[in-house]
Amino acid sequence: MTGFIGKRALASGISLIGLVILVFFLSRLTGDPTNLYLPLDASIEAREQFRQLHGFNDPLIVQFGRYVMDLAQGDFGESLQQARPAMEVVLQAFGWTLRLALITMTCVTVAAIVIGSLAAFKVGGIFDRIATFFSLVGASAPDFWLAIVAIVIFAVNLHWLPTSGTGTPWHWVLPVAVLFVRPFGLILQVVRGSMITTLSSAYVKTARAKGVRTRSIIFVHGLRNAMLPVITVIGDQAAAILNGAVVIETIFGFPGIGKLMIDSILLRDFSVVLASIMISAVAIFIMNLLIDIAYAMLDPRIRY
Amino acid sequence: MTDHLLEVRDLSVEFHTAAGTVKAVQNVSWHLDRGETLAILGESGSGKSVSASAVMNLIDMPPGRITSGQILLNGQDMLVMTAEQRRQINGCKIAMIFQDPLAHLNPVYSVGWQIAEMVTTHGGTRDKAQARALDLLRRVGIPEPELAMRKYPHQFSGGQRQRLMIAMALACKPDILIADEPTTALDVTVQAQVLELLEELQRETGMGLLLITHDLGVVAEIADRVVVMNGGQIVETGNAAEVYRNPRHPYTRKLIDAAPGKGQMPVERDRTGQPLLRAERLTKSYGAFHALKGVDLTIMPGETVAVVGESGSGKSTLARAILRLDDPDGGRILYRGDDLMAMAPRQLFGLRRDLQMVFQDPTQSLNPRMTVFQLISEAWVIHPDILPKAQWKDRAADLLVKVGLRPEMAARYPHQFSGGQRQRIAIARALAMEPKLIVCDEAVSALDVSIQAQVIELLDGLRREFGLSYLFIAHDLPVVRDFADRVVVMKSGEIVEEGPVRQIFDAPRHPYTRALLSASLDPDPVVQAARRTARQLETA
Repeated sequence: MTGFIGKRALASGISLIGLVILVFFLSRLTGDPTNLYLPLDASIEAREQFRQLHGFNDPLIVQFGRYVMDLAQGDFGESLQQARPAMEVVLQAFGWTLRLALITMTCVTVAAIVIGSLAAFKVGGIFDRIATFFSLVGASAPDFWLAIVAIVIFAVNLHWLPTSGTGTPWHWVLPVAVLFVRPFGLILQVVRGSMITTLSSAYVKTARAKGVRTRSIIFVHGLRNAMLPVITVIGDQAAAILNGAVVIETIFGFPGIGKLMIDSILLRDFSVVLASIMISAVAIFIMNLLIDIAYAMLDPRIRY
Repeated sequence: MTDHLLEVRDLSVEFHTAAGTVKAVQNVSWHLDRGETLAILGESGSGKSVSASAVMNLIDMPPGRITSGQILLNGQDMLVMTAEQRRQINGCKIAMIFQDPLAHLNPVYSVGWQIAEMVTTHGGTRDKAQARALDLLRRVGIPEPELAMRKYPHQFSGGQRQRLMIAMALACKPDILIADEPTTALDVTVQAQVLELLEELQRETGMGLLLITHDLGVVAEIADRVVVMNGGQIVETGNAAEVYRNPRHPYTRKLIDAAPGKGQMPVERDRTGQPLLRAERLTKSYGAFHALKGVDLTIMPGETVAVVGESGSGKSTLARAILRLDDPDGGRILYRGDDLMAMAPRQLFGLRRDLQMVFQDPTQSLNPRMTVFQLISEAWVIHPDILPKAQWKDRAADLLVKVGLRPEMAARYPHQFSGGQRQRIAIARALAMEPKLIVCDEAVSALDVSIQAQVIELLDGLRREFGLSYLFIAHDLPVVRDFADRVVVMKSGEIVEEGPVRQIFDAPRHPYTRALLSASLDPDPVVQAARRTARQLETA
């Protein structure tokens, strides 16, 4: 297992290096940030000074070399916009997104597994039909539209919930609810399909012949076997939120990493862009590792 | 009137499918008493498992529906009980084991847990259940039971898995054990051991044993009484020995006649001249596992050579190596004197049509998206020199007739045929190449006995008509007895004995051949009883 994790870390490290190189040069192609940060009427000297200060006058390769040297010392550079270490800015935003993803995915997973399993138990029953209908609607509803409609109804008209920000638990309700919809629809469908296959398997027949209670048949005998394909999709969806639910974070003014990434790209805040990408990549790496570990824990036939 | 332990009265079950209503069983009645073994004998589709599924409440309703009848356990009708009452009977009073234990054990829980679950489900404590599971593992002969408790189903062999199923079934000391084809997927020597274990356990516990099987040999070995089913109805019932000796219904007679291993054995052939195919010192390893350890084999033109062995003996590896489907690691394969191993791909391609294969499972080996005509004519697409396109239709029709099908069936797809018919299609496809040698890898193993007999007859007829040679791979000796010229017995990648069929069956020399012969079940209960006594004497 440790060997497996090591091998995976190595492979991911190599792709991360590639990614950093690519993003570094691509972002510099977008132009010089000087004009964005200095007032329109700033003097040529002031502009030159700004460039000198941030090293934008050096050849690209020199800038890259300096960036790598700094990285090696654990310095991810400064945020031009916030004048703070870039990593600090990114980690703060990532903390918000991580919380958002955790809360949302926990709700999604529990709801999708319970509802999907019960739907699969009586295929074609009234419960199954209702669940399937909502999962289809959920999986295909555009989230920006949902977000706006939710704000109009619950915040603007009914005044039940705040429109944006993160101040109180009430601020979290709308973003979590809107982010919930699509993964819930998708995962519900996967759970249902996987459970249908599992519940018609031979070992479930054995369990019935043993007189095992229906609840145990579904949630003990069925679910653990049905979870393998489900976990992959859960991981996928969680990664999507972690990587920045850009639209939702923007609409709800949520200070997460998605919003930060978009803002820093628009403002050519290169250090922040690079740091966010590294954090996202590491998060995805850990996510995939967790999925693989979960696989091995669920199914004794899988050994690394 | 005294109550039987279990009695099925006048049971009818239908299934509502897209294709219409199927009457799975009609007015079936049988009973089982304490300490008795009742066998329900039938071929696939006979409805032999349906009444047992009804007893266990395993029929999904819908699509199933019980239209008439009663199932009485100690005189009480189970069909009017609540679901909860039925659940409490399952496992506790009536337990069931199945064919293919690997699929029927939950892959993600340890076997100790699965056996213990039977006890906890029916009210036992966790500790008691653990202790009982350990006891049972010891009783059914699993080595290192403490260690085995924590292992998972995939870590055991096929025979051991069936023992685990038995241990699980017996955990609550049921009054009745239902065994649905319990030994069908097992090697003959393992089958004998499992049946013996079932008999012992029945003597110890006095439970009633209901055995569902397609195999007359299993009936002869273990059953007191037999119920013969065909087309969802009971055609005959009675004492097992009596029914075998004196079958009254034509279907029973047909079944008994179809049982392999009673016909004339072929006379020995002249084996001089150039062999059609000769394999020398073939070796093949998969990692550390040596599947073939230097095997020699000779097939003369027009000869049928049977390779018999249990799973893991290397018989299928040999077949695949000879066709170069899996290249052997070492050795030579001479086809009419030319070394197949040294041949250029182009040359080998030309020879491919001479060497054809028929696989065990025609459902998997026939492309489901191709019509029968496409399946057969594909041979001529690949080797255009065999036949001009104008004649494809006629030849395909011709081949279908040869294998006992009708020409108009060419337009259909494989799923529209029965298992036996599909195997005929696979044979027609092989024949389309006009081969010299057909390798049949367990080609009749998945088929019902009566169909098996027909397919073997077909192969035999084709051999005479076209002068074909066969390499016939089987795990079962009786099947090859009336068909093969020579028999090769394999064990652990080596040939342990080889000779003309008469010599192998009448005077086997190697102890393993003798073990295989004595473990294979004779359909005659009298013969089987004698063999059992002999076996017991030998072990005592």
